[in-house]
Formats: sequence, structure tokens, C-alpha cells
Amino acid sequence: MATNSLLNTLQMLVETPGPSGSEHLIRSKVEEEIRDHVDELYTDALGNLIARKGSLGEGGKRVMVSAHVDEIGLMITHVDDNGFARFIPIGGVSPLTCLGGRVLFMNGTQGVIGIERLEPNEQPTLAKLFIDTGAVSKQDSQIGVGDVCGFERPFMNLGKRLVAKSMDDRAAAAVAIEALKAIHETPNEIYFVFSVQEEVGLRGAITAAYGVDPQVGIAVDVTRTGDTPKGVKMEVALGNGPAIKVRDSSFIADPRVVNWMVEEAKSQGLPYQMEVLEAGGTDGAAIQRTRAGVPAGCLSIPCRYIHTPSEMVDADDLQQCVSLLTGLLAKAIEI
Amino acid sequence: MTKKINTYTPELGEQELDLLSRLSNAMSVSGDEQEVRAIVYEELAEFKGNMHTDAMGNVLVTREGSDDDRLRVMLAAHMDEVGMMLTKEDGDGLFEFVVIGGVDPRQLVGKPVIVGRDHVPGVIGAKAIHLTTKEERANALKVNNLRIDVGLGGSKLVEIGDRATFDTKLTVLGPSLRGKALDDRLGVFNLIQLLKNAPENIDLLAAFTVQEELGLRGARTAAYYFNPDIGIAMDSTPANDLPDFDGEENTSHNTRLDDGPAIYLMDGATIGDRRLIKWLTETADSEGIPWQYRQPGKGGTDAGEIHKTHAGVPAVSVSVPQRYLHSAAGLVRIDDVVNTLKLMHAALSRLDKSILNPQENT
Repeated sequence: MATNSLLNTLQMLVETPGPSGSEHLIRSKVEEEIRDHVDELYTDALGNLIARKGSLGEGGKRVMVSAHVDEIGLMITHVDDNGFARFIPIGGVSPLTCLGGRVLFMNGTQGVIGIERLEPNEQPTLAKLFIDTGAVSKQDSQIGVGDVCGFERPFMNLGKRLVAKSMDDRAAAAVAIEALKAIHETPNEIYFVFSVQEEVGLRGAITAAYGVDPQVGIAVDVTRTGDTPKGVKMEVALGNGPAIKVRDSSFIADPRVVNWMVEEAKSQGLPYQMEVLEAGGTDGAAIQRTRAGVPAGCLSIPCRYIHTPSEMVDADDLQQCVSLLTGLLAKAIEI
Repeated sequence: MTKKINTYTPELGEQELDLLSRLSNAMSVSGDEQEVRAIVYEELAEFKGNMHTDAMGNVLVTREGSDDDRLRVMLAAHMDEVGMMLTKEDGDGLFEFVVIGGVDPRQLVGKPVIVGRDHVPGVIGAKAIHLTTKEERANALKVNNLRIDVGLGGSKLVEIGDRATFDTKLTVLGPSLRGKALDDRLGVFNLIQLLKNAPENIDLLAAFTVQEELGLRGARTAAYYFNPDIGIAMDSTPANDLPDFDGEENTSHNTRLDDGPAIYLMDGATIGDRRLIKWLTETADSEGIPWQYRQPGKGGTDAGEIHKTHAGVPAVSVSVPQRYLHSAAGLVRIDDVVNTLKLMHAALSRLDKSILNPQENT
């Protein structure tokens, strides 16, 4: 089971809004959480929060661990005369999961998502949707063009399974924070990057990786599963342990990094599963291609219903990811 | 931020209009930007020694200010335009072609064009209406059904690989300008003016970029070279400001003519830095310059590459609103062009390093 510390961190993270480009609240929450546990802490030009733990010692390496703190969301494009707001997606948002949804703007305004009348058999599109903030006119509206909102949904603890919006990728941020706190002695110089703008194209990780200039990189992110009724065909299942990424459509994980993760899981006696993801990308791709190239991989947390307001993870998987990541980072890295 | 006395008053006089005409009329299709590059060099002769052309073809100019503790500010305007390239000779003066950059094939039919570095005149013809069937008229012709016809004499003057563009000359229409390639010659024009009248409180790093229309390719290497403190792309963006056909409120105008420079919040390539957005809108408000947000949406500008260079660069875009982009003739308001220049000059003049301070809401 997950420790209380992990659960509390997770709940705090998932209940903080932070769509790509508007990560200021979530960044300060993470900063607060880790400030007393790191050797150096700074925010770069794009807003990535970068925390250094440890200094290069015997056999150590400079490692970048990236967990993105942004989430999908919406940005207002127009508020009409009657106060209804039109929007575009920030990251991959499906119109199907928007219907009936509730949103929370960065300025505190709340709203619900409505839809224009559809023709029979017509599929909803984002252009047909609007946000109703309860305003009766444009003048009355508390939001305007450029305002940003995230989906609003409380954290739900179902015992073994945990549900929330933005498990992608706050679950990984929680894992990174717990690992960061658990590591006391390490020959490695570890840069924990809480990256921004991943959902719009790994943009934060691109600049963070350039700045950190790591010798090895690990992204921590969620991955989809193949364990739901008539779902996609995929080996990964909730509750079967940390998933070690072999490839996704953004990169092929460095085989040395894959092997390093497998060996660590075996030595700790942790369950693990190999992840071959058909579509999707992670910060690992950005790290791998920075400067003259970096061996990079990804530790994945199995997650159902990704990019919906109710993303589900398994508490044991989560705790085992913390153990695996901590083990990987706490000792000399030989790859 | 400190406020400087602004002694430069931008205008579009005879001299400026002449420069803008030469820029608009020049042929500078992505990958072969030498005509605009030549004009830039000619206009900026005073910067010789601080100006070079990089491996991609970008013209990079460094204009250092004289104040202490200056911010290094990159401004980018792209020299290239969308157009066509000859791919195969069919004989009889006819050439098959492909489009370079985003061109709506429906915009091509019946347009006069110029081909190659000698500007050989031609036309993209189509069967006369007398001979077409009802079905043919109901369907738009595709690029592979079209030919550029340069005539029998012309075919000896052009060759495969030559680029082509619309044969349009810049024209003043009262308060408006009509011309081709105003995306982004307006940016090039404004950047030239800013260099000539640069404030002393910043180092102005000017990039006249190439191959923007093919994916911001020039800006990538230009930004890597400069590694600036902040970056701004100066571009042009569609004004889809005509009334909706059904009388409903137009909720997707993108921008509107006459509403001034369009400041970007988010497009397909960049989420604008909130500090820079605030700096621009506050400058416009305090200077009494009209401005508008470009509606968040798709598309991209050179800022998309600038902000991802090195360890990251706060970036934003400012565009002149324009109707009918990427066609034979776009239409802009002179006031929008001048107000964009005014905004940029006023904003740069009041810039200092405090812009980089983290802000609560950014």
C-alpha cells in the first residue's frame, strides 16, 4: 500500500490546477514540499523547477529525472455577448470527456461545459462546446480571452486504486518527490526537474535538459494500460508493478537504461512490466536528443483513462515506483 | 521599469513606403531569400561589421546599446514568403509545380506569376469557362492539375527548381495597403526601422530569418546563435473579421483590422510568456496605442523555436493583422503597421532586466 506521505503529496498535487503555461501554483506547491530536502533549487526561463540533490562522487553520474507538473486544460478564445466562452485545448483534450465537465480557472472562476445542438449521429467537436461561468453578459464575465482553466474533480481514494484529474503527471511528480526525500547518500548529482509544457510538446524538458546537461536521463510519466473491457491491446495492467518503457512514438528508450531499470527491479524483488506504447511521448525523448545526445529512458506508472478528468492509478504500483526510482538513484550508475 | 523619453515617432512617409514596396514586390520564396536579403543589407549598410549571413541564410545584426546592464533582446522577422517551385517541364511553355509553404490551391487559378531570379512573367491558367462543364466548375482544381505557363519564349529563361510567386505590386488603397508577401515583409520593414532607431537600454539582436513558412527553420539556428535573454517574433496574422454569413456573432475572427498590433497568448508552437504579454499590453495602454489579443489558436511564429533554444528563452509574438494571408494580395491598414512599430519601439525603450523576475501569476 502507499504510505500516507505519498498519498498526501499526491492529493495536494492533483488538486492544484496547472495547465501547460500556467504552472505557477503547482510549481510553488512543489517548491514548498521539497525546499528542505535539496541542495539547490531554481526556476529556469521557461518555468521548470529544478532541484539538485547530491554532488558528483566516486562512480557517480549527473542524472536528470523529469516529471512534468503541467496538465491538459483549456484557454479562452472569445466571450460572446451573452457571456458564453469559447476555448481551444491546451494539450490533448477530447470533446467526449468535456461534456458535462466542470472547470476551474487560474483566477478562481468556476464553470461548466455545454454544447450546441448536434445533428443526429453528429460527433461533438471542441468548436461546438462552450464554457458557462454563470455570467449573464460579456460585461458580467469574470474571464476573458487568454484565461486558462483546468478540469475540476476531487481526489478519490478507492483503497487499492486512486482516481483524480492530472494523475498525468502529478502521480509521477509525487513519486519523484518521495524518491527525492528518501535519498540521503548518493554518489550521483541528481537534478529533479519538475518540467512545464510537456503536454504541448515536451517543451520544458527540451530547455531543462539543455541546461542540466545530464549524463543519463529518466522521465517519470504515466502510461496507458490494456486491462479494461474491450480496450486497446497492450501488455501493461494496473497493479502489475512499475512499467519500464521500451519505446513509444516519441523515442526508443536507451537499452542500457532499460536494462539498468530491470536489474534494479529484480535486485529489489519488485514486480515490473515492460512497456511498449504505440502512441504517446514523454520528456525522455527531449532528454535523449539534447546537445550531443544522452542515454535516456522512462519509468512509467500504469494509468487508466488518461486525459480524462478521472485518471486511475494503483497505489501499490505507485509505491513500487518510488522504491525503484530511489534504488536507481541512490547508488553508482553503471551503464 | 524605467521610462525613457521616446524621441522617435514612426510614420509611413514616402521613403518608408518606397522601402515597403521594394520589400513586398521582391521575390523571396522559402529557401531562396536572396532578394530580400539584398535589400536588408542595402538598408542596414551602417551596421556593416555587426551583420552577417549565417549558414542557413539568416541575416543576423547585433546593435549594442550604450546603457549599463542591458537586456539582450532578440527580434525576429522572416524574409521568406510562400510560393511555388517548378518541378517538370511539359513543353509548350508549361511547367508543373509544387507549392512551398501553406498555399490554398483555390487561390492559384488565374493568377499572374513571376518565375525565377529574372522574374520571367507567367500565368497559372485554367480552361476558359466557355469550355468547362457544370461538374468541373463545382470542384476546385488541385495543384497537380495546374500548370505555370511562361510561354514559349519564357521557357528558355526558367528551369526546374526555380521558384515562383504572385506578380503583385504593392498598392496604397486609401488607409490600406494591398500587396503580396506582407507576411512577413511588414515584420522585416518594422525590424529595419527599429534597428535604425534602436533605444540605448538594450542590445538589439535582429534576426531576418529564412524558411519560416516551412517550419521556423531559420529561427532555430538564429536563436541558437544569439542565445538571447528574451525573444519576440514580429509577424503578420490573419484577420478573419468579416461578418458571419448567418448573422451570428463571429467568435473566431483571429484578429480584426484597425484594432492595432496583435499580441499572442498561445499558438500551435508557443505559449506566450505572461511577463512579456503584460509588458506589451501595459506599454500599449500607457502610450495610448490600440492593441488586441490574437485569439489563441493554431499556427506558429519564429517564437516557437526561439523559446526552446539553449536553456530556454521567454518569448512572445506580435503581429500585424492582415486579411487574405498567403494569397496573391493581402490587405492591411497602414495604421496597424505604424502602431505595431510604435508599440515595439515604446516597449523596447522601457525594458530592463526586471522583466525576468518571476511574477506571482506567471
